[in-house]
Amino acid sequence: MPTETCPNGTCLSRLFARKRWSPYVVGTLIGVLSWVSFYGMGKALGTSTTMVHASGIVTGLVAPSHLETNAYYAKEISPPKKAMFDWQFALVIGLVGGALIGSKLIGRDTFKEDVPAVWSARFGPSRAKRYSAAFVGGAVLLFGARMAGGCTSGHGISGGLQLAVSSWTFFFAMFASGVVTAFALFGMKGRNHVEL
Amino acid sequence: MWSFDSTSMLIAGLLTGIVFGFLLQRGGVTRYNVIVGQFLMKDFTVLKTMLTAIIVGAVGIWGMLAIGMMEPSGLHIKSATLLANGLGGVIFGVGMAILGYCPGTGVAALGDGSRHAWPGLLGMIFGAGVYAEVYPYIMDNLLKVADEGKVTFADVAGISPWWFILGLVMIAGIVFYLLEKPASPNKPTGHSSHHKPGLTGGAA
Repeated sequence: MPTETCPNGTCLSRLFARKRWSPYVVGTLIGVLSWVSFYGMGKALGTSTTMVHASGIVTGLVAPSHLETNAYYAKEISPPKKAMFDWQFALVIGLVGGALIGSKLIGRDTFKEDVPAVWSARFGPSRAKRYSAAFVGGAVLLFGARMAGGCTSGHGISGGLQLAVSSWTFFFAMFASGVVTAFALFGMKGRNHVEL
Repeated sequence: MWSFDSTSMLIAGLLTGIVFGFLLQRGGVTRYNVIVGQFLMKDFTVLKTMLTAIIVGAVGIWGMLAIGMMEPSGLHIKSATLLANGLGGVIFGVGMAILGYCPGTGVAALGDGSRHAWPGLLGMIFGAGVYAEVYPYIMDNLLKVADEGKVTFADVAGISPWWFILGLVMIAGIVFYLLEKPASPNKPTGHSSHHKPGLTGGAA
C-alpha cells in the first residue's frame, strides 16, 4: 500500500478527494483526538464499556430487579458518576454517524457487505453462516474485552499511549491470538483473498 | 436505569465519536478485509494506524503532564491484573479474527455499509451480558491473580516515561521503514491500494 503523506497539510483538498487516507495521517489525527478527550473532557477514548451499558438496558427491560442485584452492572453503571447514557455511550453512537459521513458523504461510497470475500472464499457465500459467526465472534470479543478491562481503543490506543502495563499486555496477547486464529480459520490461502 | 450524563458531556462524546468514526472509516479500518488482512499479515494498515496514534497520543499526553497542563490524576490507567489482561486479550483476539472487527471499528462499520456488523453488535451486547453474569467468579479467581495495580512501565522501571516513548518511536521507525520499503523484485505485488467498489461479497 503506497503511503503518500500530505506535507504540511498543503493538499487538504487532495486528501479529502482520496478514497482512503494514509494510516499515518489517520493515526496522527486519532492521537490528536486523544489529546482533546484527555485534556478537554477528562476522558480516554474507549468503546467496550458501552456494550455493558447496552446489555444493562436489555437486562433492565427484561428483568429490572436483576439489573440492580448484579455486581458487575452495579460496578459499571452507578449514577450519577457512571450514568447509563454517558459520554462513551454518546461516543459509540457518534461512531456510526462519523463513519456514515466518511463513507457516503465524503467518499460517495456505495459499499455494502453481507459476506466478505475472504470469508466466502473459505466458508461459502451463506449469509446465515456469516451472520452466525459474526454474532459468536462479537460475543467472544466482548467477553474477552471485559475480562481484560478494555478493547482496542480503551486498552490499545488510550492505554498504550499512557504506557500502561495492563494495556500492552492486552495488546500483545490479542495480536498474537488474532494472528493464530486468522491463520487457523483461513490458512495461507486466505491471504490471496485479502484485497489490498 | 434511565440516567444521563450532563448534556455538555453527551454532546462532547457524540462529537468525539463522530470524528473518531470518520477517521476510522477514512483510514479503511472499518473494513473486514483490512482487519483480517492484518491478522493474516498482508495488510498492515491496522498496525500502522495504531502505532502512530499511540505515539502521537503519548507525546501529547506526557508532554501536557510535563509542562503542567495536565495533572497525573487526569490519566486513566487500567489495572494491571496481568492474568486477566492476557487471557482476556487472547479471547479478544479469537473473537476479533472471527468477527473481523473490534468493538470500535465494528460499530463504525455499521455506518460504512457492513451489514454483518449488525449481528456482530448483537453478539457484543450478548457477550457483555454473559460476562456480567460470570463476573463474581472471574473477580474471585482471575482478577486477583498477578494484580500489579494501575501502573505504567515508567512506574515499574522507575525511569522517565520519555525513555519508553523514545523506544516506541525507534521501534515504529524501523517497522514503518521495513513496511514501506519498496517490494523486492521477486515479490511483484501490485500497487492497487484503493479498494474496489465492486467488492461486496456474496449478497443473496
